[in-house]
Amino acid sequence: MSTPTLRPFSLVAELTYRCPLRCPYCSNPLDCGAGAYRDELSTEDWARVFREARLLGVLQLGLSGGEPLLRRDLESLVAVAAEVGLYTTLVTAATGLGRDRAERLKQAGLDHIQISIQDSRAEESDRIAGSRSFHRKLEAARIAKELGFPLTLNFVLHRHNLDRIDEILALAEELGADRVELANTQYYGWAWHNRAALMPTPEQLARAERVVAETRARVGHRMTILYVIPDYYEEYPKACSGGWGRRLIVVSPNGEAMPCHAATCIPDLSFPNVRDRSLEWIWFESEAFNRFRGTAWMPEPCRSCERREIDFGGCRCQAMLLTGSPAATDPVCHLSPDHHRVIEAREQARRPDFVPLTPRSMRVAPATL
Amino acid sequence: MSRFAPDSRPRLARGARLRWDEARQRHVVLFPEGALSLNATAAAVLGLCDGERTVAAIIAELEAQYPGAPVAEDVHDLLDRIAERGLLVDADA
Repeated sequence: MSTPTLRPFSLVAELTYRCPLRCPYCSNPLDCGAGAYRDELSTEDWARVFREARLLGVLQLGLSGGEPLLRRDLESLVAVAAEVGLYTTLVTAATGLGRDRAERLKQAGLDHIQISIQDSRAEESDRIAGSRSFHRKLEAARIAKELGFPLTLNFVLHRHNLDRIDEILALAEELGADRVELANTQYYGWAWHNRAALMPTPEQLARAERVVAETRARVGHRMTILYVIPDYYEEYPKACSGGWGRRLIVVSPNGEAMPCHAATCIPDLSFPNVRDRSLEWIWFESEAFNRFRGTAWMPEPCRSCERREIDFGGCRCQAMLLTGSPAATDPVCHLSPDHHRVIEAREQARRPDFVPLTPRSMRVAPATL
Repeated sequence: MSRFAPDSRPRLARGARLRWDEARQRHVVLFPEGALSLNATAAAVLGLCDGERTVAAIIAELEAQYPGAPVAEDVHDLLDRIAERGLLVDADA
């Protein structure tokens, strides 16, 4: 069921899938190295998309990737976004964010910088990132603060770093972060491939939650702490990106528009390209944005559930990956007939077997999907 | 008791921006990963919070525009609520 008055709030522009890091939980698709993605949108294409997005009602723009700093035209893109009045966040690994570049981005009108750091310790962070990047990230964070940017630090959490959450929070405080996102890994893309090696135990999560609560009480408004637990440990699912086709548009490096960044895992859905269609048509008319919009598509137990307009049946990609059907109830929900698959994954996390991590690669797509 | 004295000079916090949202026909304050929708009164007040005007000057300006309205109380209430969300600060603080 389409909701014609509903307008998108955010656009995530995945400017490129190229990235100097090799994080094993990367949210890019497993085939991020595919030739199609290397046919990246031009500066003019992106500029048009930003203008169309603003007219459609988008207020927040995330310049993401891969690593958006690898786009040489990033300053021009930021300038267009500022000109049309989008609130622009650079979502970066920051290894290439020296003072000159940061100053140019500031001058172009960038509003906010979000830097990912992989751990509180250099050796561990570099191991997960697959590159010696930790110290450069810290330096970039300091530069961002010196230039007066609001700074968000993003730490993806998993079983190998969750027990250092106190150190991670201390690092964020030391760097003067205005916001810190402590995002437990969600299992799509590369994280799905590496799930057995990344999934934390309930004990780890319980301790982390206590540390977060204590730190929040101590730092107050000085630093906003967002803490998101893995969907697999929730009782009810979350609305996918605020609900399918309700708040978010993600555009891939080659121009495919998607309701969420993981949506390419749904095999029978084809995504309209911004090279062929206006963003307005894509939002209101395309099959991809309408397929799971609203509640009419829902199976039981969602269809008659009183939470159906709270979580909109949960995450379509999670349903796809866990059940093979993108129209199933998200198995995270304890009411789902497939909930045992989530329970099995939780139980697997209790086994101490060593499972190797597969780093993200643009050369080799894992064959398991 | 308001957190803003009559001679304090409020301005939007670092990183917060006041924008007109044409698609939804209303003003919004944008900040990292969020937006606050404003009604017309709130937008009129925040539009004057430039870090130069004092609270007293803002109230006087609005009283001239809206004679008879309980401006002072509304302005203090609004400034406090937006400051509580971390979006407004005293330029001299």
